[in-house]
Amino acid sequence: MNTFSSLTPAQFAAIGTELDAIRNRVRADLGQRDADYIRTLVKRQRRFEVAGRVMMMIPPAWPLGVASLGVSKILDNMEIGHNVMHGQYDWMNDPALNSKHFEWDSADTSKNWKITHNHEHHTYTNVLGKDHDVGYGLLRMSEDQKWEPRFLANLPLTVILHTFFQHFVAVQNLHLEEALVYKTKTAAQVKEEFKPMWAKMKKQLKKDYVFFPLLAGPLAPLVLVGNIGANLMRNVWACAVIFNGHFPEDVEQFPESVIENETRGQWYVRQLLGSANFEGGKLMHIMSGNLSFQIEHHLFPDLPAHRYADIAPEVRAICEKYGLPYNTGSFLRQTLSTWKRIARLSLPTPKRPKASPRNSSDEAPAPLAMAA
Amino acid sequence: MSATAPRSHFLANGLRRALGSRLAATLAYPHGVDRYLEQFAPTESLTEVRADVVAIDHPTADSVTLRLRPNRNWKGFRAGQYVRLTVEIDGRRRSRCYSPAQSVHATDGLIELTAKTHAAGFVSKHLKQGLTVGTVVGLSQAEGSFALPDQRPARVLLISGGSGITPVMSMLRTLTDEGHAGPITFLHYANTAQDQLYGAELAAIAARFPNVLLLRGYAAPNQGGELEGLFCRAHLNAVPDFADAEAFLCGPPGMMKAVQKLWADEGLAERLHVEHFAAAPAVVADSVNADGDVRFIRSERLAKNSGATLLDQAEAAGLKPESGCRMGICHACTCRKASGRVRDTRTGEISDAGEADIQICVSVPVGTVTLDL
Repeated sequence: MNTFSSLTPAQFAAIGTELDAIRNRVRADLGQRDADYIRTLVKRQRRFEVAGRVMMMIPPAWPLGVASLGVSKILDNMEIGHNVMHGQYDWMNDPALNSKHFEWDSADTSKNWKITHNHEHHTYTNVLGKDHDVGYGLLRMSEDQKWEPRFLANLPLTVILHTFFQHFVAVQNLHLEEALVYKTKTAAQVKEEFKPMWAKMKKQLKKDYVFFPLLAGPLAPLVLVGNIGANLMRNVWACAVIFNGHFPEDVEQFPESVIENETRGQWYVRQLLGSANFEGGKLMHIMSGNLSFQIEHHLFPDLPAHRYADIAPEVRAICEKYGLPYNTGSFLRQTLSTWKRIARLSLPTPKRPKASPRNSSDEAPAPLAMAA
Repeated sequence: MSATAPRSHFLANGLRRALGSRLAATLAYPHGVDRYLEQFAPTESLTEVRADVVAIDHPTADSVTLRLRPNRNWKGFRAGQYVRLTVEIDGRRRSRCYSPAQSVHATDGLIELTAKTHAAGFVSKHLKQGLTVGTVVGLSQAEGSFALPDQRPARVLLISGGSGITPVMSMLRTLTDEGHAGPITFLHYANTAQDQLYGAELAAIAARFPNVLLLRGYAAPNQGGELEGLFCRAHLNAVPDFADAEAFLCGPPGMMKAVQKLWADEGLAERLHVEHFAAAPAVVADSVNADGDVRFIRSERLAKNSGATLLDQAEAAGLKPESGCRMGICHACTCRKASGRVRDTRTGEISDAGEADIQICVSVPVGTVTLDL
């Protein structure tokens, strides 16, 4: 299935124009409504956070406190942090909601995140060797990734990745696999690069695991465990949402050759093919930072995410018009599909018949070159 | 002069000290204490100056006077200085400079800003029409070197035009509050008597203080002013000792130019102190004819605008700004624009001339642009 080869250069251009039109229309419409939306979210997040920290120090309310802080961290990282750092609210000119200055309640530095996520992942979405999010250097997520014995542990490693997600993301840019597996990086290099990351991690660890517990006096262990619980809740949820956005079975990965002379239309199509949505109610969308609209997010990463629901039907119509898949399903379906893929890829991929030129670097996909 | 009138502060001093402690900062990391505080008390902040709008008046048909009560971070000002006022209009924060007009000795603790609205005045129009009492606005500390010297000059000449009256009004009020003994001439230009800002108060001051001479010039005929028409050499016949005075000037560009030229011709340039109202340059719709300069203030470099994106131009100038996708996706290159208009290469949209964060990889300067790079 080579979706690229089914489209002509004119069609790529037309898709680009139609999607640009949506983007421009929404951007021109940004205003009070969007400002009110994000400020309301921030207000709720702050209230959940304060309430959670207080309730955790009152034993009968402890479970509520953990849940409340977990919700606060999820809102902070996803609908607020992730989206603000994408520059979705830069137009407001408010330093507190600006991608340049925003720092989130996560072990990862905003600076690092903007490199690995905004730049690498969003520009080179699902391009093997360019988008480190494809497996985080830890997992095998695509048939085109060469199998190694360490990938036998694909499933347990995925569980570990979910559990410690914030810390994996924080050290993602170290590319530890280069030091540990491929020996292309020295320990000294890793140590040097780790310094700024550790500075932020330390602050987060101190806050959640030292100072807030100490503030609770004799109840310190309760608060410590509660904070671990809240962080775990956020870690697992964030990781699951992200995996559902890019790794369900039919989502495509691409060889590096696609990005040479890629046009805007082709970039858009790659984003479409490399992302998947999941369905749910309003609460599900907010709690996932609207990454339930991963497709729309990848097409328009800097449009305020609460707008994705409005434009999704139009994007879907464009997909239908040009015969492009629009990958969506329930949260459960996408999760199962993702884990199936992870399980399957822990074993070597049997040699396939030479039907898919997309996967062979010798036979570069012709339509791309033509369209360039 | 940070004296504030009796007011029930949300924060007692002790609480404020606790919130400003290192422990509070550690617990509030990474957002900071202010981001929590403002959820409960929008005007309060540990460091930022914010103010409540407590009164809005409309002294003339096209002007508005705001009275603002700043929080306790406001450090006061010297008569003549300006502040950057930040208001939110349709979700966007916009900043403009205004000179407080009150005396530095005013005891009510309020900051008084007067703005004239004009056709292109997006922010001033909002101040007049959209702002309501109780709104919280942002302020900078007082800035600018246009101010009465601490050692008050013996002979003072205040020259202003239109809304340029505000900084010199502050000087006049301050000097009269101090019982300043030396002669003060207040030379002011307006289109008509009806447009005259602070008319009644000026007349009252002139009547009360024999050392204050009020000279009003109106562009329209028969307005009852002491002078007629725009600023000219002949008007100075009413101020025969103008060469002995420290002169303070603020007004529209044409008038300022005329006064500055005269002072320069007389060899008095250093006795003339000026405050410019930065007028937004006209929009050049055709970007093919790139003109103006690109100023990189942090690296102190200046380049001729080549018409390329600001990122390309910065790199061509030998700078290495942060960048990423170079297509407006990742916001790695976002950079503070101090002034000037830019065109978004994706939409063709032309920005506001004020301070803002822009993505330099998709921004082409329209005329002169100043970047914090």
